Formats: sequence, structure tokens, C-alpha cells
Amino acid sequence: MFDIFAEMLSYPFITRALLVGVLVALCASLLGVSLVLKRYSMIGDGLSHVGFGSLALATALNFAPLAVSLPIVGLAAFLLLRLSENSKIKGDAAIAMISTSALAVGVIIISMSTGLNTDVCNYLFGSILAMSGNDVLLSVILSIVVIILFVIFYNRIFAVTFDETFARATGTNAGLFNMLIALLTAVTIVLGMRMMGAMLISSLIIFPALTAMRVCKSFKNVIICATIVSVTAFCIGMFFSFTLDIPSGASIVVVNVLYFMVFTLVSKIKKA
Amino acid sequence: MALISCKNASFDYDGNTVVSELNFEVDTGDYLCVVGENGSGKSTLVKGLLHLKNPQSGEIIYGEGLKSTEIGYLPQQTAAQKDFPASAYEVVISGLLGSKDFSPFFSKADKAAAKSNMELLKVTDLAKKCYRELSGGQQQRVLLARALCATEKLLLLDEPVAGLDPIATNDLYAAVEQINKQGVTVIMVSHDVKTAVEYANKILHLNNEQAYFGNTAGYVESEVGKVFLGTAPQANAALGGAGNV
Ligand SMILES: Nc1ncnc2c1ncn2[C@@H]1O[C@H](COP(=O)(O)OP(=O)(O)O)[C@@H](O)[C@H]1O
Ligand SMILES: [Mg+2]
Repeated sequence: MFDIFAEMLSYPFITRALLVGVLVALCASLLGVSLVLKRYSMIGDGLSHVGFGSLALATALNFAPLAVSLPIVGLAAFLLLRLSENSKIKGDAAIAMISTSALAVGVIIISMSTGLNTDVCNYLFGSILAMSGNDVLLSVILSIVVIILFVIFYNRIFAVTFDETFARATGTNAGLFNMLIALLTAVTIVLGMRMMGAMLISSLIIFPALTAMRVCKSFKNVIICATIVSVTAFCIGMFFSFTLDIPSGASIVVVNVLYFMVFTLVSKIKKA
Repeated sequence: MALISCKNASFDYDGNTVVSELNFEVDTGDYLCVVGENGSGKSTLVKGLLHLKNPQSGEIIYGEGLKSTEIGYLPQQTAAQKDFPASAYEVVISGLLGSKDFSPFFSKADKAAAKSNMELLKVTDLAKKCYRELSGGQQQRVLLARALCATEKLLLLDEPVAGLDPIATNDLYAAVEQINKQGVTVIMVSHDVKTAVEYANKILHLNNEQAYFGNTAGYVESEVGKVFLGTAPQANAALGGAGNV
């Protein structure tokens, strides 16, 4: 097994993918805890579909994928939050609306430009070959920024997640932090999307949080546990993706499902 | 100048006025109980006092330099909190955030303040326990300790004893009384009008308007008070025993 790992690391495209992937997995698990607890999980899902649409657009126009996706998905995050907070449309319906429209637009763009080729398949289900040299640097920088912002605002994110009304009442600008959480999520989704695939990226956000919540009893422990689960699941998933030649996103999700089942079992045994 | 003066304030949801003509004053050290039936606008008034909702008309004036970051609040519980993985300590210390300007982390003084509030409410030994696994009474004490972290001046409690057993209820009332005696102004929404008149020095009775405001002794003697307390002869006939809710 270690031989295979050594072999994997000798390919530059895999070291790149691993480096970015570990960082993105870390970001996703940090934000995931907050999103799941705030009942915002669907926002991750909605944003990933918007991400797919914007990737299709970027390819059709021959622009750099990150440069197009980041602003579009960021804007969508802003809109989703606004819609689910202010309007008469229920939050989940608003998300379904935006995500299916983005998907439809993406499909139309693709069929009018490249057609359903391997590139598109990679967008949907993820590929470890997806990262180019240029994207890697930007991805690393952005994910480090996400992690730093999360750490700086950790206590306030906890307060806003646990009890938004109290936070507002005692003078914390809850709207600002909701927006911060949504924007950081948008960045994370865009960064992780090509490795995980648009269809699967939201699982990277949701699964580690749910898994950690099975056994941990404090917010801090949930966060720590979720990051460990997320990063290890990513590495194991990549290993199988490489050895069995399966799409990386799917392989990582399956490892996350297994983690979830094991943790559920552990919590059942603990209680019994 | 009073700590809070409410002048002709009214509140609405989408243009439907739910409570109006509020005129009352709260002074430092007061223990005001807000009573009234379900839907009479008590929680709405609390939201107004917390700046979570703007008055439709009229105004609420804060005196003595009271800032919005200096109000402690014990909410009617939301469903989301019930399965939240957080330790009691994490919940309590989060109460300090409102008064911190920019610094992202808690200082030694913050931690000491959280600990002393936990001691005051006798939840120190629950510090590491998971909030969702505490009993209803323990959860309310933890939330009260958090509210105390947010204030030294004014505490707002919205039906803090709803769903608690009699012993936990009495413990909570005793804790609030002790906090009030230490100089913290208390505004409590309560269903339990009999206990309200026992502890509070002022009563505000709402029935979508202001049915009574004044000191407790006056309330017990007033018509509305007599009916609600069930001491008026026709009380049970008129309200179907609502005074006992
Ligand atoms: N978010 C809301 N939107 C519309 N109407 C509301 C809302 N919250 C409360 N109300 C209405 O306002 C009235 C007063 O509610 P509330 O202040 O919660 O009463 P109380 O706390 O005294 O039981 C009720 O008739 C209620 O239906
Ligand atoms: Mg209420």
C-alpha cells in the first residue's frame, strides 16, 4: 500500500490534486458543521449546481474556470441567503429554483458548444486530472484564506449558529456572519468542484459534519472530528480512485458514507 | 431618567397591529413582569425591546446610557437548539461576544466571567456536558448564565419556566430573584401570574393593548388583575379559569 502511495506521489498532477484536495476537504468540513446545524445544507447543494452552470459557461467562452465560477457562485450564495431570509418563497423552494435553473442553463450551453464529452463528465463526477498548474496556486491561497477567516471568526460563527436571535439581540451582526458563511461556502464549492464533481461536492460539506455529530458532544470537538474525518476520507478516496481507476468524487463520497455508518454504529453501541 | 421608557409604541406584522398604546417605564433595579394571554403580544414587545423589531409607531427610549450590547436575553427556546452539539461552557461563554468589539478570541477575564456566572447558577459541574443532553431546567440555567454574560444591567426573559417541573421552576425563580437583588433590572414574560405578583415590583398586563401598568400592589387590587388572578367573584365564569394557565 505504501508503495502505491509513493508511486502516486511521484506524479505531479496527483501531488497537486492531493494538496488542493486536503485543503478543500478541510474548508468543507469546517463550514459544513455550521451549514448543517443552521439547516442550510441545501445551500451547498444549490451552489454546486450553479457552479456547474458557470463551469460550462467558462469552457464555452474559453475563460479560466475559477475566474468565472468564483464571482457567479459567490453572487448566487448572496442571492440564496437573501431569498431564504426575506422573501415569501420558502428557503428550500428558492434553492431548488436557483439550482435547477443553473443546471438547465449549463446543459444548454454545453449542448450548444462542446457537447457531452469527457470534460463535461469530469465536471459532473470529478477527476483528479482536473487541476492545472495555474489553478493550484489560487486554490491553495483561497482555501488558506477560508481557513484563516473561519478560525478568526470561530467564536462568532458558533454564536450565530447556535442561537441567531440571541446573537442579534446582544449586538452581533448576525446578517454579516451569515453572509460570511455563505461566501466561504461558495469559495469552497468552486475550489472543490472539479475534483469532486458538481453532483457530489455538497457531500464533502455535509457528510463529515453529520458523521462527527454522531459521537461528539461539544462544538469544538465536532469541528476537530469533522476535519479529521474529511481529510482522511479524501486521502483514502483518492487512493481508491487511483488504484481502481474510478472517478475521484464518487470514491471519496463512498468512503464518507462508510465513515458515517461506522460512527453511527459506535454511537449506538455507546448508548446501549 | 428611566432605564427604558416606552412612549405610545405599537408593533405590527405586515401591517397588522398586534399590540398598541404601550406606555410604561422601567427604572434601574426594577423587576417587571409582563403578563397576558397567549397571542397578546408579549414576545413581540420583547423583540421590540431587543431592537429585533422596530415599532410601527411611537418609540422606545433607552436611558442611563444603556447600549443594545448590554442586554441579556433568555429566549423562548427554538427547535434548532435542541439537537445542537455544544458543551454548556461553550454556550455560556458565547454570551460575552456581543460586548467584544473586534478581538476574535476570549481573554482570561472573559473565561473567569463565564465561570463565575456558571457558579452563580450552579451549573459549574455541567460545564463539559453536552447542552442537548441536559434536562429542561438545566438548559434554562445554562441559557440564563449566558444571558448574564451579556449584561450587568438588564435581563429580558421570555417565559423562562415554560415546560419546567415545579422544582426547576422554583429554582429558576430564585436564581432570577437573586440576580435582581444584585442590581440587575429584570423584565420577565410570564404565564404564571400568581408567581409574577409574588416576585415582581411592577406588572405590565397586555391584551393587544396595555390593560394595566403599575406597581404590583395596585395590580392585585385592579379589575383586570382580579379577573386574571381569579380573585374576582365572577372570574371563573368570565375567563374560564384562564388565570391558572
Ligand atoms: N412572525 C410573525 N408573523 C406574523 N404574526 C405574528 C408573528 N409572531 C407573532 N405574530 C402574531 O402576533 C400576535 C402576538 O404574538 P406574540 O407576541 O408571540 O404573543 P405572546 O408572546 O403574548 O403569546 C399573535 O396574534 C401572533 O399570531
Ligand atoms: Mg410568547
